[in-house]
Amino acid sequence: MGGDGTPERTRVVLGELAARRRPADRSHADLAEQTPVGEALVKGLVRAQLALALRLALVVVTGLGALPLLFVAAPAVGSVKLFGVNLPWLLLGVLSFPFLVGVGWAYVRWAERNEQDFIALIRKPEQ
Amino acid sequence: MNPYLVPGLILVVVVTVGIGAYGLRFARTTSDFLVASRAVSPSWNAAAISGEYLSAASFLGVAGLILRYGVDVLWYPVGFAAGYLALLLFVAAPLRRSGAFTLPDFCQVRLRSTALRRLASVFVVFIGCLYLVPQLQGAGLTFTTVTGGSYVWGALLVGVVVTANVALGGMRAITFVQAFQYWLKLTALAVPVIFLVLQWQSDGRPAVDPPAGGVFPAATSVVIEQDATVDGVEVHKGQQLFYDEGDPVPRVSTVDARFGPQWLLPGGERTLFATYSLILATFLGTMGLPHVLVRFYTNPDGASARRTTLVVLALVGLFYLLPTLYGVLGRVYTPQLLMTGHTDAVVLTLPEAALGGGHLGRLLGALVTAGALAAFLSTSSGLLTSVAGVVFTDVLRAGRGGSVRDFRMATLLAAIVPVTLSVYVSNMDVSRVVGLAFAVAASSFCPLLVLGIWWRGLTDLGAAAGILIGGGAAMVAVLVTVLGPPLDGWAAQLIGQPAAWTVPLAFLVMVIGSLLTGRRVPPDVGATMLRLHAPESLRI
Repeated sequence: MGGDGTPERTRVVLGELAARRRPADRSHADLAEQTPVGEALVKGLVRAQLALALRLALVVVTGLGALPLLFVAAPAVGSVKLFGVNLPWLLLGVLSFPFLVGVGWAYVRWAERNEQDFIALIRKPEQ
Repeated sequence: MNPYLVPGLILVVVVTVGIGAYGLRFARTTSDFLVASRAVSPSWNAAAISGEYLSAASFLGVAGLILRYGVDVLWYPVGFAAGYLALLLFVAAPLRRSGAFTLPDFCQVRLRSTALRRLASVFVVFIGCLYLVPQLQGAGLTFTTVTGGSYVWGALLVGVVVTANVALGGMRAITFVQAFQYWLKLTALAVPVIFLVLQWQSDGRPAVDPPAGGVFPAATSVVIEQDATVDGVEVHKGQQLFYDEGDPVPRVSTVDARFGPQWLLPGGERTLFATYSLILATFLGTMGLPHVLVRFYTNPDGASARRTTLVVLALVGLFYLLPTLYGVLGRVYTPQLLMTGHTDAVVLTLPEAALGGGHLGRLLGALVTAGALAAFLSTSSGLLTSVAGVVFTDVLRAGRGGSVRDFRMATLLAAIVPVTLSVYVSNMDVSRVVGLAFAVAASSFCPLLVLGIWWRGLTDLGAAAGILIGGGAAMVAVLVTVLGPPLDGWAAQLIGQPAAWTVPLAFLVMVIGSLLTGRRVPPDVGATMLRLHAPESLRI
């Protein structure tokens, strides 16, 4: 090898392919190696998920948590009858459960969307 | 005695042991025993979690409380269900991604502290026992109520069946057993309630809470169990009182119950503190119950942990629609329970009381009793598995490489204390002790999990201080309530329903403690956060 006349070996890489792969790898590596960029990406995801959870918790706190106060502030609400049943019985004994499930369903949907966005952000080639 | 009863109960025990044995054929490794090798589908897993969660307190206690206290205690079932929403919002997916199997594992993964791990183990065992004893007690009391047999035999029977099942089959078998038991419990309440409501319709819809007070629906005899006054007349222990159909129901001085508008309408300012305390304890306590968390490890990934939790919320919510109806109809058909104070028995006695002693009433009576047995079996199995898991890894120090024999040994060790306690302590208030277990969990593990998952600044010292001060205060309140003298006034409210001050206290101490010891934040917190929150599909 390396005799006279023969050029030295050079590594040839398809330029287009290398350029396309590297940015995706970089985000991935940023995450895995805990660079400041990776740290910021994770912080963004955590913040988005926490904001979502807190927002939905607030919905439950105002929807259910305010009921005892409402019953104290406006005792007349307790005597209102719907289908022959006093409103507090209907609200707590029946309607609270579908309400909780509805909030949970919305959370699962949006939390998964946040994760999809995060994955898209990591995998998206930087151009 | 009801002739369908014994065959029904034997059937439940045989099917439970049978499914356990069937599961055993697949349980070969320690991993099978501890986590069912994570090969459980979300729908099975959700039914199993619900089956495990719906305990004696849910199956018997909620209806009994509603019969006694009315609309204010509807917060118990609402809170028991809402606890799963809090779990879903703040804990489910990250906890699964952390790879922690128990709460002590989570301490190790997140804060790298063995001392904190030990502390968490102590709390897991305390909460587990606090929750396990009333289950066995409930079993003993049901045994006495329904068969007239001895309390000790009922408690021991359930204790032995549960210990054997967990020791032989571990988690893999228990998953199938508990999924079956959820559907059994739902059927056992749903089918009789259809007949009960139809009966109520055909009786001309008697008023649930008539202004003039309730009346006996049939001739009834009541045995007085302690000296008291009945509508102003003194009665003595052992005396038997007879009432005819249509007689007004008298009030007994020793039994705490509400009547008229007090039962029908929300309590207002008087009960506001207790109501909010209960809401805090149940909403935030569920995520800290040891037997609930263990289940999340059996999901394959974070997203499926989330979906499983949502299904659990729906299944549990569906179940809690039913006990309310039992409590309300109990006002019409079993008013004598308000005289004896055995309101927890309303679910068991209502079918025969409303539908008569014919075949239908007895068959449905046997069905609800079978459901109650399923409730004791499944919750105690789950609790025992999780306490045994902690004893296995932290007391016997077996670790993941430990043998199946070590796990069986741990199960026996974990079962001895609660079973012994339940035999000797028979007069503790069942549903109240369960509520207190929630308060301890909400003031110790809830802040640990929520801050650990969402806040980078949490340190091991801060977490330990929060658990010791917040959880310790709740623990002391529990011990005073259970063992101490009766209290009244504000002290009774603060000690009897401690969550409203112990939960904020725990959060506060944990945050301040962590800020003061900021240098002890684990250096790999960034990697841990990534692991907790990044979707698995990225494969980092």
